Amino acid sequence: MMDEVSVCAKNISYAYDGVSVLSNLSFTVNNGEFFIVIGPNGSGKTTLMKIIAGLLKPRIGKLEIKGQSIKKYKRKILARKIAFVPQQIPTDFPFVVEDVVLFGRSPHLGTFGLASVADISHLKKAMKFTEISDLARRRLNQLSGGECQRVFIARAICQNPDIIVLDEPTASLDIAHQLRIMDMMEKMKQEKNITVIMVSHDVNLAAMYADTLMLINRGQQVRVGPPGAVLTYKTLEAVYGCPLLVDGNPLDKLPRVTPVPGRYIKKMPGR
Amino acid sequence: MSSVLKRIMAVSAIMIFFLACVMVLGLCFGSSGTGIRSFAETIESFSNPNSLYYTIIWKIRFPRVIIAAMVGAALSLGGLVFQALMRNPLAEPYILGISGGAAIGAILGILLNLSRFPGVSFLAFLGGMGTLFLVLLLSTGKTLLKKEALLLSGVMVNSFCSAVIMFLISVTQDARIHNIMFWLMGDLSSGGKSEALLMGIILLPCFVVIFWFSNSMNLLLLGKEMALSMGVNVKFITIFLLVITSFMVSATVCYCGLVAFVGLVIPHLLRMIFGTDHRVLVPACIFGGGAYLVLCDLLARTLPLQGEMPAGVITALIGAPVFIFLLKRSE
Repeated sequence: MMDEVSVCAKNISYAYDGVSVLSNLSFTVNNGEFFIVIGPNGSGKTTLMKIIAGLLKPRIGKLEIKGQSIKKYKRKILARKIAFVPQQIPTDFPFVVEDVVLFGRSPHLGTFGLASVADISHLKKAMKFTEISDLARRRLNQLSGGECQRVFIARAICQNPDIIVLDEPTASLDIAHQLRIMDMMEKMKQEKNITVIMVSHDVNLAAMYADTLMLINRGQQVRVGPPGAVLTYKTLEAVYGCPLLVDGNPLDKLPRVTPVPGRYIKKMPGR
Repeated sequence: MSSVLKRIMAVSAIMIFFLACVMVLGLCFGSSGTGIRSFAETIESFSNPNSLYYTIIWKIRFPRVIIAAMVGAALSLGGLVFQALMRNPLAEPYILGISGGAAIGAILGILLNLSRFPGVSFLAFLGGMGTLFLVLLLSTGKTLLKKEALLLSGVMVNSFCSAVIMFLISVTQDARIHNIMFWLMGDLSSGGKSEALLMGIILLPCFVVIFWFSNSMNLLLLGKEMALSMGVNVKFITIFLLVITSFMVSATVCYCGLVAFVGLVIPHLLRMIFGTDHRVLVPACIFGGGAYLVLCDLLARTLPLQGEMPAGVITALIGAPVFIFLLKRSE
């Protein structure tokens, strides 16, 4: 049945001004799956997120969302299926937190965006879920990076989508906040059966949460599969171009990647 | 009732009250030989259509105050829309040279002896759109609209427009020069009832349309991509609102020249008081901007010992320091 599949990409490619950024990516993301894309800087991860969220159109290839070609969706209908959380969050204009979260309802409302009682209850739930209820009346420019990120995740949840696409939501956050965001994503997937697709620059964190990892490099798909199959030191060293150790983490034996500082290289002749 | 509607109504009520007070002041005071008229005498003149006061107050001051309110509303709204679409709190049709471009068109129209409507107005609209296009082209390139790039291009285009205007004026040999100069500096004194009606027909529908799209402006402020991901038709709304706004600003330029900085001062003040929700800010700007220009025009009429000066002088005297203050603070 097609309706078990959230996102299905076949041979998608993208180029900015004639420079190829992504070429021939094919993958499938099932409903309620935690799908994390990893890869070196400039490998096209952000572009891929924007394509899945419908912000950019793939030049070549097919992309299906919930069994229907993304081209056939009207903007507003697509916005009810997919929510997007960008990497850089604008705070120039000091909106009130509550208002920003409620903006997430706009795909379900008219042009003027008048919220009903049901919309307010969505708002309350989303704020509770992301633990920002006590920030409701604060302004965006008064928040820390982690709080701001949670506000925009709450906005995405308020959109009531089947799929949430996030571009490095944990970038520039400390370890505690990174864990908090990742736990939140896991809970969202488990409780609401929302498909979570995100980019992560932290390979270890990705390994511990992802059902499926996709490793891309220079716009090419290197490997897709469960963390254990993707994170082998041969693959990683080839992609990142630096020496790495891969073993199991002490918690659940999922792959743990340790970068090896230069001073140890000579002492490890057996590798 | 939705809390947004309640806020819109409460804020509108406050601003309408404020506008009404200022308009009454505008009716009661003036530069004419009759001097300062008290409120009671104004009311009294109602019942006596043949008196001199009746003529001064209802045939001269009343249309002028109405036009000042509409022009002020249009210019503040212009600033608000530009700031939202360009996500730049310093964007404004005057600063970006849109008004200047419209003025070039209007002066050309006047020199060609076209009628004010539709001839001069159409050329002014073309001039405004042309400079808008030029500024956007200069400031974008391949990157996003950057704050500095946008302002710098605007300043360049604006000073180029000023040069063209000065050139056009200096090659004009006849008696129209004084009129053009006075009009150019933002003069509200030339209107009667028919002008007020025409301005209303042009501007009021624009106000309604912009109010209708005010929530889209909220979403656009979160960035193009986020707006797109929430189902906003970003391209259509951006272009549509820019055209409507340029049209509105060009219409005001045709009527009263360059009234500077209203679109900067009023949206800023109102944002500080009422927050960033454009569904509240649009009506607040319409009534508040109206009140502001009525007040500036009142000052322009009463401050000089003899005669009067253009209202644009007052708005520029207030607006330029505010702009510098905001620029300083945003750094």
